[in-house]
Amino acid sequence: MSEPCIIFDGREIPFVPGQTILQAAEDAGAWIPRLCHKPGLEPYGSCRVCVVRANGRTVSSCTFPASLGMVVECDTPDLLAMRKLIVEMLFVEGNHFCMSCEKSGHCELQALGYRLGITAPQLEYQFPRRQVDASHPDVLIDHNRCILCTRCVRTSRDLDGKDVFAVVGRGPHRRIAASAGTRLRDSGADVSDRAVDACPVGALLRKRVGFSVPVGLRPYDAVPIGSQEVAR
Amino acid sequence: MEATSGRRVVIEPVTRVEGHGKVTILLDAEGHVERARFHVVEFRGFERFIQGRPYWEVPVAVQRLCGICPVSHHLAAAKAMDRIVGGEKLTPTAEKMRRLMHYGQTFQSHALHFFHLASPDLLFGFGSDVNARHVLGVAAKHPDLARQGILMRRYGQEIIRVTAGKKVHGTGAIPGGVNKNLKVAERDPLLAELQQMREWAQATVKLAREYTLAHVDSLGGFGSFPSNHVSLVREDGALDLYDGGLRAIDAQGRTIFDHVDPQRYLEFIAEEVKPWSYMKFPFIRSLGPEHGWYRVGPLARINACTFIDTPLAEAERKMFVEVAGGRPSTLTMAYHWARMIELLHAIEKIDALLHDPDLQGTDLVVRGERRGEAVAIVEAPRGTLFHHYKVDENDQVTMANLIVSTTSNNEPMNRAVTSVAKQFLDGQEITEGLLNHVEVAIRAYDPCLSCATHALGQMPLDVELRDAAGRLVARRVKDSRG
Repeated sequence: MSEPCIIFDGREIPFVPGQTILQAAEDAGAWIPRLCHKPGLEPYGSCRVCVVRANGRTVSSCTFPASLGMVVECDTPDLLAMRKLIVEMLFVEGNHFCMSCEKSGHCELQALGYRLGITAPQLEYQFPRRQVDASHPDVLIDHNRCILCTRCVRTSRDLDGKDVFAVVGRGPHRRIAASAGTRLRDSGADVSDRAVDACPVGALLRKRVGFSVPVGLRPYDAVPIGSQEVAR
Repeated sequence: MEATSGRRVVIEPVTRVEGHGKVTILLDAEGHVERARFHVVEFRGFERFIQGRPYWEVPVAVQRLCGICPVSHHLAAAKAMDRIVGGEKLTPTAEKMRRLMHYGQTFQSHALHFFHLASPDLLFGFGSDVNARHVLGVAAKHPDLARQGILMRRYGQEIIRVTAGKKVHGTGAIPGGVNKNLKVAERDPLLAELQQMREWAQATVKLAREYTLAHVDSLGGFGSFPSNHVSLVREDGALDLYDGGLRAIDAQGRTIFDHVDPQRYLEFIAEEVKPWSYMKFPFIRSLGPEHGWYRVGPLARINACTFIDTPLAEAERKMFVEVAGGRPSTLTMAYHWARMIELLHAIEKIDALLHDPDLQGTDLVVRGERRGEAVAIVEAPRGTLFHHYKVDENDQVTMANLIVSTTSNNEPMNRAVTSVAKQFLDGQEITEGLLNHVEVAIRAYDPCLSCATHALGQMPLDVELRDAAGRLVARRVKDSRG
């Protein structure tokens, strides 16, 4: 019996039942841009960067299961424009100053901006007033750069088994907080937590190691984001 | 215009300098220059917006003050943060990598200033045709010289790239050390061009020297005046652009203070604020604001040092001292010669470092006892640069104070502007050529106005002519489009 397939951008690709569109595409060598998705974590579908059209319906490919004969459009001008707009909105909604950010060259948001050809956002910068929580001896949260992907929340809960982080507030006041107290130092966070490495941007950081990798050797200096995933 | 009123001339923007400034010249009813001022009209505020940021971010953030010599801010901040992490005694590899970066920057910045910014005045004359008095005019008339300037700058920038990771705004210096060494594959292309660069540097010093000697009589009266001079010097008094203690000498060459530990700079240097400029006015505390103003930069450094530890530059320094009669040179236009002596010194230092195997070492970072406050000083291409920070127990910056070289040269530039305005504009019909004389005096200092106000800026001089009642009578403005 032949494997079940979906039609992905006109190409027939196989999938394993239970796989999402994003997973099936990646196994077939087609990388779909994403930010809140991280292998090993439950799909969350909050950033909407991985948006595709499945049987004519716009869905997040990291959460939507592949099904037999499903026709998926991914690399179309309107979907690319939509994805680009979402990433632009993330840039202007926070305070992302790549020029002095230690995550520059390691940052998935920045790398996605480059990959999608965003040279300068067309939208108005919001310049929100946000705080830096540097109270913990070894870890800090810079809320200016948080994109609310919740990867730290999910990693702490599902992989570290600690529930250090939580999402609080609504609408524009929504933010990541240390769940056990108001400050990170009171939260039980530890520098060895896997959650510290889960952040795709420069929001959750190990202290005192910034800029230790020289320009040229940073992950996205040589190859665009997504290259490693499809080369597996 | 009423017969009894005076005039105010405005030059805005001042061109062929880094940043945005203007000059106002106040003339009395008879057309005599009463007063001239050099205003810096940018505002930046870096000292405020790095507050709250983690200290390891500062060397990368503050270098955005400038696009011409960001390495100076990068290294000054990194040196301060070395002390914050208790790592001020760097490994040989780290110190030499930083020095190489610094000499590379000095080489490219001095080449940029001499060839791109100053040479049109020196080659064509201060009052020559404005339509050809620019770098493209130099390229048309002296193509070899223009090409040499571009290639020398490129060489310096390549050195920055291999030490900092990027030609502009790299990340090489980190608290307590550096994040990379110099690979042999990065070194060898630089070695291959070294001889050519040294020859060009020697030829350029010769050009600057011969220009100064040929015009020594006229330059003596061109914006020149006695002053105090401040510079870092090595323990043995040698010129040192990266590290050392502070030395101040007076106009006769007498020591005001010497080998001052940078941590104690506030005991020796104070700053005054004036309402008409965003740039502060530093002065030597013991002499007060009226007499304590001083020059920094190439002229001050060559005047203040006891010797230069590289032979070609030292031979030039001796000639420089001889021309000045054994005392500190007072010539504003001698900045150019002094700057080119440093260009030669930089390439000699680059030569020695590129041949040093320590640069291929792998011991890059040291840490020691944590401190909450630190000061660092480097000699930037334009002069002495002070960075002072306080960092709290959460690793966040709580205070920053930067005194940049152009700020120290604020009073000297104002004096030069007044002197030149009185000499050339007094009772004259104001022409562009005459106004350029004012700009030439400012340009000799190679000011960086973006740095001096720590500001987002366009590049542009503005000269205003106002009457005795303060009414604007004439104004010449050059914007970034020329």
